[in-house]
Amino acid sequence: MSFRVETDMHRRRRSQNVGVAVCLVLFIGLVAVLSLVKITNTGPVEGYDHAPRSSVTEEASQ
Amino acid sequence: MADHNAECDPVFGDYVALLKPRVMSLVVFTAFVGLMAAPVSLHPVEAFCAILFIAIGGGASGSLNMWWDADIDAIMRRTKSRPIPSGRTSSDAALGLGVALSGLSVLMLGLAANWHAAAWLAFTIFFYAVIYTIWLKRVTPQNIVIGGAAGAFPPLIGWVSATGSVSIEAVLMFALIFIWTPPHFWALALFMRSDYDDADVPMLTVTHGRPATRRHILAYAVLQAVLAIGLAFTSIGGVIYLTVALICNTIVLKDAVSIWRRDELASEADNFKVERAFFRFSLLYLFVHFLAILAEAVLTPYGLGGWS
Repeated sequence: MSFRVETDMHRRRRSQNVGVAVCLVLFIGLVAVLSLVKITNTGPVEGYDHAPRSSVTEEASQ
Repeated sequence: MADHNAECDPVFGDYVALLKPRVMSLVVFTAFVGLMAAPVSLHPVEAFCAILFIAIGGGASGSLNMWWDADIDAIMRRTKSRPIPSGRTSSDAALGLGVALSGLSVLMLGLAANWHAAAWLAFTIFFYAVIYTIWLKRVTPQNIVIGGAAGAFPPLIGWVSATGSVSIEAVLMFALIFIWTPPHFWALALFMRSDYDDADVPMLTVTHGRPATRRHILAYAVLQAVLAIGLAFTSIGGVIYLTVALICNTIVLKDAVSIWRRDELASEADNFKVERAFFRFSLLYLFVHFLAILAEAVLTPYGLGGWS
């Protein structure tokens, strides 16, 4: 059930809210896709941690 | 102004209108051409993001322009239905939106493309909003020349987004829009008399007179022809572009010469027919030149574009 009669103000506020929500969702999606592209294009990432480093081990075996 | 602003309740479209969507579409097109013409190709997603955030940066500077210019926009017929003078949004909203989107667009362009391009975008927003709108627009009759520089940056930013550096081709694309802008607006000022006078914006027609404006149009048209045809002989030019440039510049020079030769009596007699024709054609002129650059870039892989 509705508690209040909908006024022009409600309509305007909803237009703002829905517009901003759609923009935010699209922005999140875009950042996600961009991150995916950037990460896949960078090539293998090697960290200085406890895992064996492929470049070092390959050089050693040659 | 503040009292009625507190009351207004904008719809989403009013915020979109603050970004000057028609100017943004021009920014999207020229930035896209700049990016496509560059010898380095970006991943499509990166290219899309670069264009999008260049456009949002342009929109942000449009919003800052509407925030500062609300007083004169309310006077001029052409601009008085903009969101702030018509009371649909507050000027604080325009300022907030402009500042927020400026920061966002620069940051995101840096992340999507490179920080060199982001720096150019930041400079463009600063140049348009502060140097042009706040400082020089109301001070000097060369305002159109300076404002034109701001509008000329998008293809350069597109190019830098792809290559990471500025080159002669990027500078020439910038120069073409830069030189194109003043005669385009001076022709408009010749047949749309009263608007700028009423708002106290110094236009060349008012400060230096209409015959001087006619001379300026001719001088810029000559310079524009030299630049446009010169661009044909760089790495982004080619046979298609050269043909387009030769045809378009012949038409523009012919019109510019007759604008220069006419006096006010002759112009009023046919209701500024030549001036209106010049204004209308100059829009097509810029569009066709960039379309030709795009055509060269797209056709080169098939052996049809460029000089090779």
